[in-house]
Amino acid sequence: MTPRAEIVHWLFATGFLLLGLFLLAEAVVGQEVWRKRRWRVYLWPGLAFALGVLLWPVAVFFTSSTLHMLAHASWAETAMLAGTTQLALARGRLESRWWTLAVSLSMLVSGAAFLIHEQNPWLFSRSAFLHHALGWTLVVAALFPVGQAIRPRSFAWNAGFATTWLVMAVLLYCDRDVAPIFGHLSPLAGAR
Amino acid sequence: MDTELVGTLERRIARRPLRVVVIEALGPLTMLAGVIWAIAQPYRLVFLHPEGKGFYDWLAQPPLLVVAVGVFFAAAIAPGIVEDLRGERRP
Repeated sequence: MTPRAEIVHWLFATGFLLLGLFLLAEAVVGQEVWRKRRWRVYLWPGLAFALGVLLWPVAVFFTSSTLHMLAHASWAETAMLAGTTQLALARGRLESRWWTLAVSLSMLVSGAAFLIHEQNPWLFSRSAFLHHALGWTLVVAALFPVGQAIRPRSFAWNAGFATTWLVMAVLLYCDRDVAPIFGHLSPLAGAR
Repeated sequence: MDTELVGTLERRIARRPLRVVVIEALGPLTMLAGVIWAIAQPYRLVFLHPEGKGFYDWLAQPPLLVVAVGVFFAAAIAPGIVEDLRGERRP
């Protein structure tokens, strides 16, 4: 009994929504207040790492082609990389703020994986549209962690980074396997 | 309406800094988004159309997931942040 792809995407969207809210709250109150409780420092890096771990069973059990498996595995790896470096920064094992660039790299690789593994144009189907939208969102938003590394206290960079994950959540919630609006199944994909 | 009560409310709202208002609003706004989504697309709620639905359909009902995230944030995360913000303002 395996869940449909759309259901898995919605569950991950929920994780990204939570991630976006954590980051937005941190951006609003600032790092000093956010770090007053030790557990809060680990909140979003821990969640990012957990999402990466949870992506592995998706990559192994729920993908239908090698290309999809590789894409999901790359998202798993990059999410874990981003989570790990931020956990190490939170713990004090890493000290340089430039480690934030690892998040930028993760977003670039993830975005590229979206764009490379979608072989159809934007308007081919809802799924194709969402792959392109998700991919380009990540590629463009990879700029935010660069800004955070240069100006860690800037509200604009921090809020932009948080909003990226809220947008990712919305796009993932929009995913449907088949839907009446812009969710047809192509004859190439087996529709009669 | 009692003018004294209105005056007290106005003073309390005026005293709350913007950051506290935003943090307190994040959870309820998320819940509201989920409720609006449920009203706009009721077919995404399984309990309204339970015929032929399986375990995973009951588990992942997107508008309810959004409401759940809002409830979690409002109940588990926001109170601590607000408390710390108020603590920061005290001399």
